[in-house]
Amino acid sequence: MRLFATLVVLGFRRWSTYRLATAAGAFTNTVFGLIKASITVGAIGAAGGELAGYDALTGATYAWLVQALVAPVNVFNWAELALRVRDGDIAIDLARPMDPQFAYLAGFLGRAIHQFIPRGAPPLLAGALVTGLALPSTPLPYLLGVVSIVLAIAVSFSVWWLVNLAAFWLIELRGVLTLNVVAMGILSGLVIPVHWFPDRLATVAALTPYPSMLQAPVDVVMARAEGTAALGVLAVQAAWLAGVLLLGRLVFARGARKLVVQGG
Amino acid sequence: MTETIVELRDLRREFVVRRPAPQLGSVRRLPLAGRLRRTRTVVAAVDGLSFDLAEGAAVGYIGANGAGKSTTIKMLTGILVPTAGTVRTCGLDPVRRRRELARQIGVVFGQRSQLWWDLPLAESFRALAAIHRLPDATWPARRDELADRLDLGGFLATPVRQLSLGQRIRGEIAAALLHAPRLLILDEPTIGLDVLSKERLRVFLSEQRALHGTTLLLTTHDMDDVQRLTDRILVVDHGRLVYDGTLPELAGRVGAERVMVVDLVEPVPSLGPIHGTRSVAVESDGLRHRLAFTPERTTAGAILEAVGRRGQVRDLAIEEPDVEDVVRRLYLAQSPRVSGDPAAPPRPPLPA
Repeated sequence: MRLFATLVVLGFRRWSTYRLATAAGAFTNTVFGLIKASITVGAIGAAGGELAGYDALTGATYAWLVQALVAPVNVFNWAELALRVRDGDIAIDLARPMDPQFAYLAGFLGRAIHQFIPRGAPPLLAGALVTGLALPSTPLPYLLGVVSIVLAIAVSFSVWWLVNLAAFWLIELRGVLTLNVVAMGILSGLVIPVHWFPDRLATVAALTPYPSMLQAPVDVVMARAEGTAALGVLAVQAAWLAGVLLLGRLVFARGARKLVVQGG
Repeated sequence: MTETIVELRDLRREFVVRRPAPQLGSVRRLPLAGRLRRTRTVVAAVDGLSFDLAEGAAVGYIGANGAGKSTTIKMLTGILVPTAGTVRTCGLDPVRRRRELARQIGVVFGQRSQLWWDLPLAESFRALAAIHRLPDATWPARRDELADRLDLGGFLATPVRQLSLGQRIRGEIAAALLHAPRLLILDEPTIGLDVLSKERLRVFLSEQRALHGTTLLLTTHDMDDVQRLTDRILVVDHGRLVYDGTLPELAGRVGAERVMVVDLVEPVPSLGPIHGTRSVAVESDGLRHRLAFTPERTTAGAILEAVGRRGQVRDLAIEEPDVEDVVRRLYLAQSPRVSGDPAAPPRPPLPA
């Protein structure tokens, strides 16, 4: 546990050194939040004021919350492991008395904790000022929400880990990483809520871990899923996390056995 | 009684190299066969290596680029899986018990960094202490000892990305030694360092060995590293062991000589015989003399003194044989027909 905590702190500190990048990211998240909130509200207006349980205010709130979570959940990019496999630095990780997946998960969480306030607060503040936010007034959804957000971050890590492992077999990974970003962008609820999906797409989404990354925590925080329903959402997230992490361990073990350390 | 810390038996590691297939006139069975088929060549980077290292030894592991040095080290540490043969390090099967082994060994890959690039150097030590589960009561003292001996104090608070190469390498070595490993493996530790930094590093490593009895396995291209730090050398070529013994023996066998270049104030056509040296060349009508010698037979001081009696010395330089040179001579010595020097006396077979 001391190791995990130390690695979380280091992950946090690594990212906290880049203040300008954080500020730029927060600005971008907020601007896109404004665009997405307008589009969402427009779509709900066109649908007659309500769409799959979202009215104008809850629709806008959904858009702003997703924007606040985009950076901590790390939707757009994580290629640290793939780069280390590609240039051979994975040898350093393997020469340490630690489990690489466990260590990288700690670093990923540390990064997320750092991003949480500086990248999360500006979009929410803008949302509160521009459209208003429909947030629950009882503490329980927030408590469960924190658990759900942590699970969402860990699920995101487990998927990125698996995708990065392709580096053991492929040299050029941009295609695979882009594919993951596209799938995540559509199926996680980043663009529109998963609840708006037509049946077939909803089924596809439900068969992937992606909704556990954004739709699930936002549902819990907004109390769209309450009580046992909220616990059900957490259980689904936990199940995806356990499954994908385990798969990642098996694939990593296979990859490490056929490893060719690049570059001498 | 010394224990064996590393044991290799017929160790072999193959890599598959794929190239597009050459155009053949054969009948293609499948429409895409010509495009898809590639020749698959198996290259043995390590080809049947066997040797033992005794605990406490200091061993130089040398060979030309691509001879299989790094591949061997990666198998010793459990990073690469051998194709055949066995390896035991600290009594463990490295691949299966990699993490357990990692607690007992320290590795520095000269071309790679194990430090946290974005963070101050001190943070890397904190992380490594946690990774190696070192007790809080003891590791800061060890860090301070290393910081003192390697002179890290001035830049412990500097982010690693801002360190100079010499500072970073010292940091890397401290990082590899923080958990006081039984076996320290250094893969080209002095590469790119200036003379002074190299020297300080060598003094430090000798000291650590004397103090803690750490076993040292060193790959290097630097002859001085081998000379100053090791008491046994292993030479590999194409994945095979071609020499196992001491450096003076090897140097004597293949004739690895240093050359002292002396510039005189007044030309002296011939210096005459100087004990332990051989005149290689006289240049600029006797203003510059090149004298070959082996440090086992004489010293630079004695030669200088002898030259000084024959003329006033204006300047001098000593040219070192590099490891490549010794290795090349060794390779040539193994296959005398390649040497192209009919005057060369036949050499006895080398122990391998």
